[in-house]
Amino acid sequence: MNTDDKIIISVNKLTKRFGHFTAVDSISFDVYKGEIFGFIGANGAGKTTAIRVLCGLSSPTSGEASVAGYDVYKQSELIKKNIGYMSQRFSLYEDLTVKENITFYGGIYGLTNAQIKEKTDYLIDLLGITSEKNKLIKSLPLGWKQKLAFSVAVIHDPKIVFLDEPTGGVDPVTRRQFWDMIYESASRGITIFVTTHYMDEAEYCNRISMMVDGRIAALDSPYLLKKEFNASSMHEVFVKLARAV
Amino acid sequence: MKRFRGFVIKEFYHIFRDTRTLLILFGMPVAQILLFGFAITNEIKDVNVAILDMSKDNTTQEIGNKILSSNYFKLYENLSSVLEIEPAFKKGKIKEVIVFEPDFGQNLTRTGKANVQIIADASDPNLANMIIGYTSLIISDYQRELAKENSFLFQIETEIKMRFNPNLKSVYMFVPGLMSVILLLVSALMTSISITKEKEMGTMEVLLVSPLNPLQIIAGKVIPYLLLAFVNSTVILILARTVFKVPIVGSLWLVVFECILFVITSLSLGIMISTISPNQQTAMMISLGGLILPTIILSGYIFPIDNMPILLQIISNFIPAKWFIIIIRGVMLKGSDLSYVWKETLVLFGMSALFTFISIRNFKTRLG
Amino acid sequence: MRTILFLLRKEFLQIFRNKSMLPLIFIMPLVQLLILSNAATYEIRNITFNVVDLDQSRFSRELVSDFINNGYFKLNNVGFSLENSEEDFKLNTARLIVHIPKYFEKDFLSNGKTKVQFVINAENSADAGIIYNYASSITRMFNADVIAEFQNTSTSKALPLINIEYSNWYNPLLNYKTYMVPGILVVLVSLIGMFLTGMNVVKEKEIGTIEQLNVTPIKKRHFIIGKLLPFWFIGITELAVGIVTGIIVFNIPLLGSPFVILLLASVYMFVVLGIGLFISTVTNTQQQAMFIAWFFLVLFILMGGIFTPIESMPEWAQIIAYFNPVAQFNRALRMIMLKGSGLPDVLPALYFFVVYAAVMMSLAVWRYRKTEN
Repeated sequence: MNTDDKIIISVNKLTKRFGHFTAVDSISFDVYKGEIFGFIGANGAGKTTAIRVLCGLSSPTSGEASVAGYDVYKQSELIKKNIGYMSQRFSLYEDLTVKENITFYGGIYGLTNAQIKEKTDYLIDLLGITSEKNKLIKSLPLGWKQKLAFSVAVIHDPKIVFLDEPTGGVDPVTRRQFWDMIYESASRGITIFVTTHYMDEAEYCNRISMMVDGRIAALDSPYLLKKEFNASSMHEVFVKLARAV
Repeated sequence: MKRFRGFVIKEFYHIFRDTRTLLILFGMPVAQILLFGFAITNEIKDVNVAILDMSKDNTTQEIGNKILSSNYFKLYENLSSVLEIEPAFKKGKIKEVIVFEPDFGQNLTRTGKANVQIIADASDPNLANMIIGYTSLIISDYQRELAKENSFLFQIETEIKMRFNPNLKSVYMFVPGLMSVILLLVSALMTSISITKEKEMGTMEVLLVSPLNPLQIIAGKVIPYLLLAFVNSTVILILARTVFKVPIVGSLWLVVFECILFVITSLSLGIMISTISPNQQTAMMISLGGLILPTIILSGYIFPIDNMPILLQIISNFIPAKWFIIIIRGVMLKGSDLSYVWKETLVLFGMSALFTFISIRNFKTRLG
Repeated sequence: MRTILFLLRKEFLQIFRNKSMLPLIFIMPLVQLLILSNAATYEIRNITFNVVDLDQSRFSRELVSDFINNGYFKLNNVGFSLENSEEDFKLNTARLIVHIPKYFEKDFLSNGKTKVQFVINAENSADAGIIYNYASSITRMFNADVIAEFQNTSTSKALPLINIEYSNWYNPLLNYKTYMVPGILVVLVSLIGMFLTGMNVVKEKEIGTIEQLNVTPIKKRHFIIGKLLPFWFIGITELAVGIVTGIIVFNIPLLGSPFVILLLASVYMFVVLGIGLFISTVTNTQQQAMFIAWFFLVLFILMGGIFTPIESMPEWAQIIAYFNPVAQFNRALRMIMLKGSGLPDVLPALYFFVVYAAVMMSLAVWRYRKTEN
């Protein structure tokens, strides 16, 4: 499963506290280049906080972390040049059209006008939304929004893309299509870091780490985890884990 | 009923947990009353004037001193030629130039007539009026003293009695107006934002599918702010009484009652605004941008309404603050009781009812 | 640099697509300007008054008729009881009572001295002062007329007369609109500057779209400039439209140079925008941001000499006014438009704005964090 031994994200005893509440409790792990790495856990387990630290949106309380070779404390702006991000709350501006959103983010990430045009045509064609390209985002169904948001997140071909609960509220068919897009990006060498609370999506990842109450309770490939916990599904693994902790 | 109470309590928590907003809601009206109560006034004091004395005799000296020794005026500079007048005004430091003609004193004693010119910077017409008024008064006074010296008779003395405000303290006029401006703005602002915020955040839908009906939802949102505003108005009243010594000649209960009524009117106005605004920004622009200037200008707070063009007088009737100012000035300064202000009170009632009615109707049609 | 263009494009698209805000930003200020400029006036007409004439002599009747014939006054009621007459104060049907005591004429003829009493409803102290002014000047004129009458028939010495000539410069007709229009314009433009930018940023914070920007390599200063410039344009445009409207509709003079106004306004806009922006960096919700902005705006307006003169304020308030950008801009604008003051005259204000804007902007940029702590 590890196509390349190069470590692209390295985290060591990372901790994030908000006042007396510890959201992320001394977690340590590595992510290899090109893999699909999943952060699984219930809501409130600390997944979103961890991802925000790695993206440079939030600074850690203690511990170390480096993303794409850059330190999260001192080089967060350099990190941002090399990553993409899609949050569960929002990604695209509802009051702008598909085309306007793509153009905007392309420009922000430094693509030339020619590149932007090329990407725009390509994406619109790929997603099959040629007829909606001048429609406002808010008029699109949720599934299309999210697929488009993902495409925009990788518009600048970043080394890593962070996805925070990207498939929330979407039907299973669209979720499957979404993961097809994720695989496609991974095959192009983009490392995928995804958090989710859908246990079946854990199966799609190369390796996953299970978070319970801010700590990493388990870290391995889905196959090996199921074997270890003698479970037939990731859901079962999680339940057994949650009971044990 | 229990659900409703729970809802109201939740609203209270919302407000009280937000310490920043709380500080603003309580602290700012107080700060404003204190600041404005002292600062907003029409009385003139230490106005910078320039004197161009082309005569330079005893008489002009005396008149000049008399003018300057009053608290109203202060000498900024003495000019030496007519050409200096314009630049002096342009610099913006002086508001008035007093020009004495050459041989002023001589002319007065010999021919019994002398000329003095008062030039006022009328870019602020009101100030100019007052400046000219006071200066002329002082000069006329001097003239009368001269006449007395010549034991001249036939004087009609005017005796003045200022009712309700013997010392012509402008605070008496402004503080009630200030109360209404502040209460109206704060109340309308608070409630309009509160509801549109729920709309924006999407939590409004949750409210609507709950067993609470629209009236309860509105009431639940309003009640905490009602209490807040009531506390605010109490504090303002206390300040008005203790710090500014504005009298409360009429019934205190009536004042309190009318304050509550006015607050309800303002709150319902805010609610109405929120029902027609899709988001917080719009609500804010309407309640702030749309209300600030009209309330300050058309409520009778600073500018008297009866002097305005008819159109504006009609428009002013739609501003709740206008009615409240009449009521509050009446009760506080003149000791009027309900029999004098029942009309205005009725108007406020009517407005509250109207705003509430429109709000409920909008609520139902928009989101029902 | 290029990123700013992309930001501007996005902002303008969003502003002009916001159907509910557009009329509020563009039309509402104009409407307010047109309507409210007519409101401000301290002139008093139709001063309703009662007469309580206990003398009923030729003299007293002549004095009363002087009042009746005066265009500023309107007779409400004639009576014989002062107390009853004062009821009309409470009913708001009269503001002045001309109270002439018994023996008014007799005292004048035999002692050369007599009294008339003016009882004024002083709940509005500004009006009261003016009413008194009017009433006493009518009385003085009446006094002078009487004296003139006697002078013709007696051998008394000539009364020294100081002839006072009045001149109102820069606004000879005492046109209050000339006074109000710059003031209202300043308020409206400041409103837009302080609120819209700040609210805009806080809204993105509240909804969460700001995160999507914080995670990109976009530079802080580019982001801030991108947020500022659209509203700077809108503010300046509104000011220009407002001034032109004032000139066309209200005949406001424009004696000074429009370029000086433009220069001053440009820098001033950055001041109010900077304030709004700074507020947005210290608040998390639109509600908070708005309340803080509201507090300062009302403070600036009421203490800014727009409706009540700064000269009337106590010492400490005048010092505060010195640091009030709204006050400074209002003063400068009035000076330029009405008196033709030039750049050298408003240079102090300009320097003030430059420093203020620089400070506010720096604070905003400094406080804005792409990475939260």
